[in-house]
Formats: sequence, structure tokens, C-alpha cells
Amino acid sequence: MEILGLFNYWVFVLLLMTGLFAIIHKSNLIKKLIGLSIFQSAVFLFYVTLDKIDEGTAPIIRDTDLVDQIYANPLPQVLILTAIVVGIATTALALAVIVRIKEEYGTIEESEMRELDRYLS
Amino acid sequence: MTLDEAIYNQLPALQVIVPLIAVPLVAMMRARHLAWLACTLTSLLSFGIAVVITTELLAGATWQYAMGAWPAPMGIELRIDSFSALLLLIVTGASTLMLLAARVPIAAQIQSIRQPLFYAVWLLTLGGLIGILVSGDAFNIFVFMEISSLATYVLVAAGRDRRALAAVFTYIVMGTIGATFYLVGVGLIYMMTGTLNLADMGVRLEQVADSRPVMAAAAFITVGLALKAALFPLHIWLPNAYTRAPHIVTAFLAACSTKVAIYVLLRFDFLIFQESIPNHALHFAGLLLPLALAAMIVGSWVAMFEDNLKRLLAYSSIAQVGYILLGAGLISTTGLSAAVLHMFNHALIKGVLFLAVACLGVRLVQLRLSELGGVARHMPWTMSAFAAAGLSLIGVPGTAGFVSKWQLIVAALEVGPWGLVPIIAIVTSSLMAVVYIWRIVETTWFAHASTAVASVREAPSWMLVLVWLGVAANVYFGLQPQLPLTLATGAAELLLESCCD
Amino acid sequence: MTLVFGTFLLSMMVLVAIAIVREHNLFVAVMLSAIFSLLMATNLFLLDAADVALTEAAIGAGISTVLALGALALTAEAEQRHRPKYRWLSIAIMVLALVALLYSTQDNPRIGDPEAPVHQHVAPWYLEQTPILIDIPNVVTAVLGSFRGYDTFGEVLVILTAGIGVLFLLSAGRNDLLPNPRRIPDNTIRLRQHTIPHVIGKLLAPFIILFGLYVQFHGEYGPGGGFQAGALIAAGVILYGLVEGERPSLALVPPNLLYGLSLGGVLLYGGVGIASMLLGGNFLDYSVLMTDPIAGQHWGLLLIELGVGMTVTGVLLSIYHAFAARDPH
Repeated sequence: MEILGLFNYWVFVLLLMTGLFAIIHKSNLIKKLIGLSIFQSAVFLFYVTLDKIDEGTAPIIRDTDLVDQIYANPLPQVLILTAIVVGIATTALALAVIVRIKEEYGTIEESEMRELDRYLS
Repeated sequence: MTLDEAIYNQLPALQVIVPLIAVPLVAMMRARHLAWLACTLTSLLSFGIAVVITTELLAGATWQYAMGAWPAPMGIELRIDSFSALLLLIVTGASTLMLLAARVPIAAQIQSIRQPLFYAVWLLTLGGLIGILVSGDAFNIFVFMEISSLATYVLVAAGRDRRALAAVFTYIVMGTIGATFYLVGVGLIYMMTGTLNLADMGVRLEQVADSRPVMAAAAFITVGLALKAALFPLHIWLPNAYTRAPHIVTAFLAACSTKVAIYVLLRFDFLIFQESIPNHALHFAGLLLPLALAAMIVGSWVAMFEDNLKRLLAYSSIAQVGYILLGAGLISTTGLSAAVLHMFNHALIKGVLFLAVACLGVRLVQLRLSELGGVARHMPWTMSAFAAAGLSLIGVPGTAGFVSKWQLIVAALEVGPWGLVPIIAIVTSSLMAVVYIWRIVETTWFAHASTAVASVREAPSWMLVLVWLGVAANVYFGLQPQLPLTLATGAAELLLESCCD
Repeated sequence: MTLVFGTFLLSMMVLVAIAIVREHNLFVAVMLSAIFSLLMATNLFLLDAADVALTEAAIGAGISTVLALGALALTAEAEQRHRPKYRWLSIAIMVLALVALLYSTQDNPRIGDPEAPVHQHVAPWYLEQTPILIDIPNVVTAVLGSFRGYDTFGEVLVILTAGIGVLFLLSAGRNDLLPNPRRIPDNTIRLRQHTIPHVIGKLLAPFIILFGLYVQFHGEYGPGGGFQAGALIAAGVILYGLVEGERPSLALVPPNLLYGLSLGGVLLYGGVGIASMLLGGNFLDYSVLMTDPIAGQHWGLLLIELGVGMTVTGVLLSIYHAFAARDPH
């Protein structure tokens, strides 16, 4: 089981790179954006992994709890709540830009947009 | 406690809260002139607060503020030192100057009903940038970095044609990657120290010095912020974003947005990683110096052959980021103070240059050099201000640009024989600046008049007053550089405080 | 057992992520991302982060999927195949980075290790002092709303920036800032013709909104708070809109009201901060709001969570309507 103690971090790294791959290699803007959100989600996993403590439970302290109850670290959770909101804000804004791009260019493929702009200038 | 004292103690919080609280109020307004007025007054108030804070700082005050009254590192702390104060002056000053000039160009470019939103977003950018500068907490910096970035994307997307949208998409992707890298780096440090407070981090990292996660954190944070700061070769988002944004927005961003990223980068590399990674100074210089030199040469080189006026200046900005990081990479008090001083001076220079471009933009749609032949004969005031700021960019004695370049050369000389390399680069890059500025001057003043400019008039006089005010500032700080120099030296000493040598 | 289950879920996430990247049909890719978010939420729950799991499920799997589908309806359904330049070079660089990063994780503290630095310094203080200083059971809410309330104020502004930004971007070249119910053709997509989704959706929507309100005002005791509540209420209204059509949904909650909610939430949050300044405390120091500091903290938390809920609901719905009410050209 000792090996699995780092498994979360490996998954974090794999997801980070998968997201980055989509951002760099895809020409479709929506695909790039999905890659970007996988990239951001990877960080959620990393932070929340830090909060885990053996034998612990969610940091909600009730009167009925055992005296020596161990609780997970609340701080990374708070940070990731913020990060999730930042993520949806970025996604929403980028989607609006994509919609406008479609209206102006007629395509959401980066390679085609570049061709179109070449004629313009 | 008197009222004055009560307000005085709240100044660090008010510095960031004032523009942010004004956002919903401006966004509620329906009358565009009212929105502009409210936005400008708010920015002016922020500038006033920054001036008071700086004056007090120079008189020996220290600024610390516990948000929610929770002591750091449990709560979030605001801290303002001479480094942040200098950048606060840049950011609030640039915002105020550009807003004063913004009414006419923005009214011409953005539909009336959308203008209140535009000004609300401007305040978000301003508040976000201020929030980064005053914060003493690593995660809090991320939050405000996102406010300013998201708001900046919107401002850039307000540009005239569809290419602004394409530029913004690239900017969003690159900006988010940069911010996420920063977030990963902060997470790694948090993993090793259990704290998010910057000062606390520096202390606690020493206990886990020289470990792999800390190295990874340094890599993530440096790369992420270099991306935000448009350090060569991570600059590819910048030229299009600057070129396609509304002119006034470009002027604001060029004056301050990359500099705030450099500010965070220097804070992390000098105050946090310095003691926890062996030979960090050497790694930092080894990585950054070559890139900085390359930026100076490549940026100026591309600018020499660029036809689009705004893109030309954008590449010049990439070269200037090189100058700033060159000073930092020398790891000495003189070098760092030169770097910080150049942040201030470059903001003055590029702000004025882009403001002059905005004046051109009021009268002309196309800003290609090939179509600007003889425009200066129709707009002499605008173009002579441009030329004056151009002299400052080149570094002619008597202008602000000269002071910081001279400081850079002095710092390079201190290094010994190897210092010749940066000096050669500085001189070469400055000569290239002579070439591209002269190209503009020659075309606009002496070239055969192009048909596009035949009927243009001089820019609105109010905008000219502001441009010339900027030119005057360039000359003033060229002759009397004490104020920025004192702050820059203070910043350099602060950054090197924990350095090994 | 949890460890095995967690490992399985994490592996699934990697596979789903790869499937998303390889998928050319954008509709399928978006649906797979929703599954990815659900898996993520489950993992977060296994890691004892109930609040985050709830948020990820509501926002990641719910709202962002709906927004992406709305954008797809206005843009394209499939990705075009194309071969990027220098493909193998960049793959090689990424594999190198991957190996370097995997190598750097070796010194990371093992997951769940009670000796890890994160469990030593600030975190125990929060866990010990929350019952004393703030006296609410949910420590996450205490840290979010009070100890790091300034971050949360920033976060509300982030979401407001997105809201204003989307309205600004999508009003380019138009005469209205907000969607005008009277101008929307009544043939927008809806599920009225499909009996089962129609009935189930209509039954569910009020319960989702009710649950949202519960999460809003119960966040100090159980998982949840303004963010989760805002996302849930928005999801409920969006479901109603999907079932009944865009026009009735706009009639139910008019865009002006949503815009007002977005701005009002920020004003309420900032106002609480200013009020504590006027009462002689620091920004967001709720203790000064009442003579009893703990009562002050309670009131402060209640009000700022309400502000968060208002802004999140307002902004998410404004953004949804900005996409849904737009006619594809």
C-alpha cells in the first residue's frame, strides 16, 4: 500500500499533461478550452489530496463527535472552492469569446481563422 | 483615536477596496458620461491614496494590515513596502492618466449602452492589480491575479475588429496556464510548509531547504510568472493582444500589467526561494540572463521591421522586459535598483508612446507606418510628443530612459569583464531603438504624404494636454530621479536582504 | 477499501481525460467532461472534502456542461481533423516534463500522513479555534467566510468579472445589454415534446431550488454555503428553462433582476466589510458588528454568504441566458 501513497500525485501530473496536450495540439477552440479545464481540474485534485489525514473525517465539528476525532485540513478545501469558481469564470468568458469568434469568422478552428486573417491584411 | 487616525490605519485596505466597491456602482449606471466620471474619480482617489502611502513610507512608516483582524499567517495580511509602493504609483497613475484621456476614444469605439460595463471592467483590472501589489499572501495574490487577468481579457476583447477576439483567446489560454502554474507552485510550497503567508513561507522553507518539491515549486512559479510577464520566448500572446486592444487599453496595459507579474516573480525568487534552494541566485541568473539578453535583441530586431505601429511598440515592450530582468539577473543592489527603476521609467515611456498612438487613433483607423506618411504635418503636437517619448525610450540624457539605462550599465560594470556582454546588448538594443524610432519619425514627418492622412486634424486638445503632461514627467524624472530612485534602491535592498552574499 | 476504490476512480479519470482529448465529436467530448467532473467530485468526497465535492458536482458537472452545450449550439458540433506541425517534438518535450514531474513527486509526503507539514502549522489552529472564536460546526465555512474572508471577497469579484465580461462581449453590435424576452423566438430548444424528461424535469426543478436554499442557510452546520447554493439555485432555474423554453424562464426571473442580484451580492459583501470598518474594526472584521464578537461573526457570515449566493446565482443565470437567448446566425 506504500506505493499507492503517491498515486494521487501521479494522477495529478498525468491529468496536467493531458490537459496541456489538448491545449497545444488541438486546433478547435472548444477542444482547447476543454483541455484547459482538465488542466485546471488537475490542480483541484492536487490541493485536496493535501487535506487528507489518516483516520480523519470532513472538518465539520459536531457536539456528538468523539473527543479525539481527527479532522481533515480545511484550508486546501477553501482554496479549491475559490479555484473552482475561478475555473468556471474563465470557462464562461472563453466560451463567450468563442461564440463571438464563430459569428465573426464563421469557424472555430484556429488554423482556418489564421487563413482568413491572412486575406484580411 | 481621531477620525484622521482611523482613516490612516485603514489606508492599505482602502487602497484596494475603493476601486472594487465602486465596480457594482459603476456597472449600475446607465449614463455613459456619469460612468466615465465615477470611474475616473475612483482611479484618482486610488492614486491619491497611493501617494499618501508612499509619502508616509518615505517618512519611515511601515504598512501592515490584518484583513478581518485575524493575525497572519492565519488570516490574510496586506503589506506595503517601497517595492510595492513604487508599483502602486505606476498602476494607479497610469490608470488615472489613461482614464482622463479615455472618454473621447472610447465613446467613438464602444456603443453607449456598453460603456458603463467597460468602465466597471476597467476598475476591476485596476483593483486586481492593486490587490496583487498590496497582498502578503501567496494564494490571495492568485485570486487578485485572476480578477485582473479576466478583466484584462474583456478590455482587450473590446478592440475594433475580429482579430481582437482571436488575440484574446490566445491570451486567455496562455494567461490561465501561467496562473495555474503559479497555483501549482504555491500548492507545492504549502505542501512543504503548511503556510500561505509570504513572510512565513520564507522562514519555514529554510527548514525543508533543498528538497525536490521546493525545486519543482520554483520551476512552476518562475515559468508561470514569466509567461504572465511575457518574457521571451513566452511572449507570443503579447503582440497581438496589445495590437488589437482599444488604444487606451493598450496604453494602460503596456504601462503596468507585465510589470506586476515581474514584481511577483522577483518577490518569490529573491525573498522565498533564495534561502531554500542552494545556489538559487546562480540558477536564477543562469536561466534569466540569456533569456533577458535574447529578449532585448530579438524584440528590438523585430520592431525594426514591423509596419504596424502598435505591434512595433509591443515588440519594443518585449525588449524592455528583457532590460528589467537583465538588471534583476545581475543579483546586486545596483542591478536590482536599476531593474526596479526601469519598471517605473518604462511605464512612463510606453504610457506616453501609446497615449500618442491613441491620439492618432482618434483621427485614423489604420495605424500602419506605410499609410502614415506625412501625418505629423497634420498632427504636429501628437507626433512631437511621440518623438520626445521616443528619445526617452532610446535613452537620451535628460530623459527618464537615460537614468535607468545608465544605472544598468553601471551595474553591469560592477560584475567585471563578463559585464561587457550585457553592456554590448544594452548598446545594441538601444541603437536598434534609434532605428525604429527614427523610422517612425522620418515617415510621419518627412515622407511623401499618403492619401489616408490628407484630411486629418490634430487630436483633441484635452488629450494633447495629457500626452504632454506625460512627456513633462519623462523629462522631470530624467532630471530629478530622486523619488523613484529612493524607492527602487529601497526595493533592491529589501529583495537582497536575505541573499547569501 | 476506500484506497482501492479511490485508486480505481482516479484511474478512470485519467482514461476519461484521454478519451475526451481523442474524441472528435464535440457534443460527446462535453458529455465526457461532465462525467470527468462527476468522477472528480466523487474523488474529492473520498478525500474528506465534502464542500468541494458538492461544488465540483454542481459547477463542474452541472453548470459548465450546460454553458458548453449552449455554446456548442451556437458554434459547431464536430472538430475538424488536423495535423499540428512539430507534433512529435512537442510530444517528446511533454513526455520529458511528465517524467521530471513524476520524479519530483517522490519526496512528497505520503497521502494522509499525519506528520506532513500541512497538518502542523495553520490547520490545527483553525480546527481548535473555530469552535471558540466563531462557534460554528463547519470549519470550512469559518475559514472561507471569516479567516480568509478577503479571498472570498476576491472570488465573488472574479465571478462578477465573468458575468459583466460575458454580457459585455455578447452585446457587441446589439442594442440590448441583457436578453430581451420579447425578442426571443418561441422555437428555442426545449423538452416539452418529450414527455418523460418534461415531467421529471418539472418535478425536479423546485426541489433543486429548495435544496439550494437549504444549502445557503445551513452552510454553517453542514457542507455548503453561498457558492454551492448559488450554483444549485441556478441549476434549478436552468432546468426549468430547458424544460419550458427560454421565454417562460426569462419571464420567471427577469434579466434585470439577475443583473441586480449579481451587483447587489458584491455590494452586500463589501458593505459588511465597510460596516466593520465604520464600527472601528478592520475590513471584514465581523466581531465588531455586534457587542458579542461571536454573534457578530455569525451575522457577518450569514450576510456575506448571502452576498455570495446572490452574486453566484445572478451571474451564472445571466451567463446562461446570454447563451441560451442568442439566436444562432
